[in-house]
Amino acid sequence: MRMTETNEAGLIARILGGEKELFHELIRPYERMVYLTLFSIVKNETEAEDGAQEAMINTYRHLKSFRGDAKFSTWLTTIAINEGRKRLRKAKTAAEESIEEEAEEHEGDYTPAPLTDWREIPLEALERKEIRAALRGAVAELPDIYRQVFTLRDLEELNVVETALALGITVNVVKVRLHRARIMLQKRLVPFLRTTAPPRRWFFGRA
Amino acid sequence: MKLDCKHVWEHISEYIDKTVGAKLREEIEGHLEHCEICSAILDSMRNILVLTADDRTFELPVGYSERLHERLAKALESSEKDSKKE
Repeated sequence: MRMTETNEAGLIARILGGEKELFHELIRPYERMVYLTLFSIVKNETEAEDGAQEAMINTYRHLKSFRGDAKFSTWLTTIAINEGRKRLRKAKTAAEESIEEEAEEHEGDYTPAPLTDWREIPLEALERKEIRAALRGAVAELPDIYRQVFTLRDLEELNVVETALALGITVNVVKVRLHRARIMLQKRLVPFLRTTAPPRRWFFGRA
Repeated sequence: MKLDCKHVWEHISEYIDKTVGAKLREEIEGHLEHCEICSAILDSMRNILVLTADDRTFELPVGYSERLHERLAKALESSEKDSKKE
């Protein structure tokens, strides 16, 4: 559960007033969000964790400049994105970066995997390692620009406007990328999830 | 006017987010009623979104939170020293 914005504003004021320890409480609801944001950019657990720590420290150091005209969560996400991009720039050659930018213009075939019936995969299926790995793998395989939008919108549940602000892109671009990301995931995962069709025991207790 | 499947797919993401206009929404729903392909695509996509968003799918590294707060504590402490020096 996230704090209300009023609570946050109060906490921030107290932290700036000298109660520094409260910073731990301020960021506690966003630990997962910041990690996932970093991970969607750097695609490496150690880098993502280190980046998340840096992003949180930067947030603390710049807390004074938080004006409250954006939501704290959006501001924090922007800092996390900047940290991720900084790390990526260090790791990547210029050549690789230009390939990534070109990908944006790429007009691919964004059609879903056709099927005529879908047997719902229940959440209990996530107890199975191979299902979790397949889902993570499909997200990891998305082109960077799509994975980042997908992470903010569908994993962190930022709205379209917040996602656009955090990534520095327009709302329309967010919508297009999100649409493509979801189509690609559906296309990639449907064949796999259907072949690992749920064994009957999954339906125990659901009738 | 009847929508074709391709048209429904183009708007499927916005339909899930409930951001399509009332008229288009009605048309899509009319289409879904008789098109088992589009219905199955929609169901599978919704299902996949629920599964990927579950906390179990993307787990945080073990000990992540503890390490984060430890490092923060150090940063807070050193900033305190700095401000005392000023």
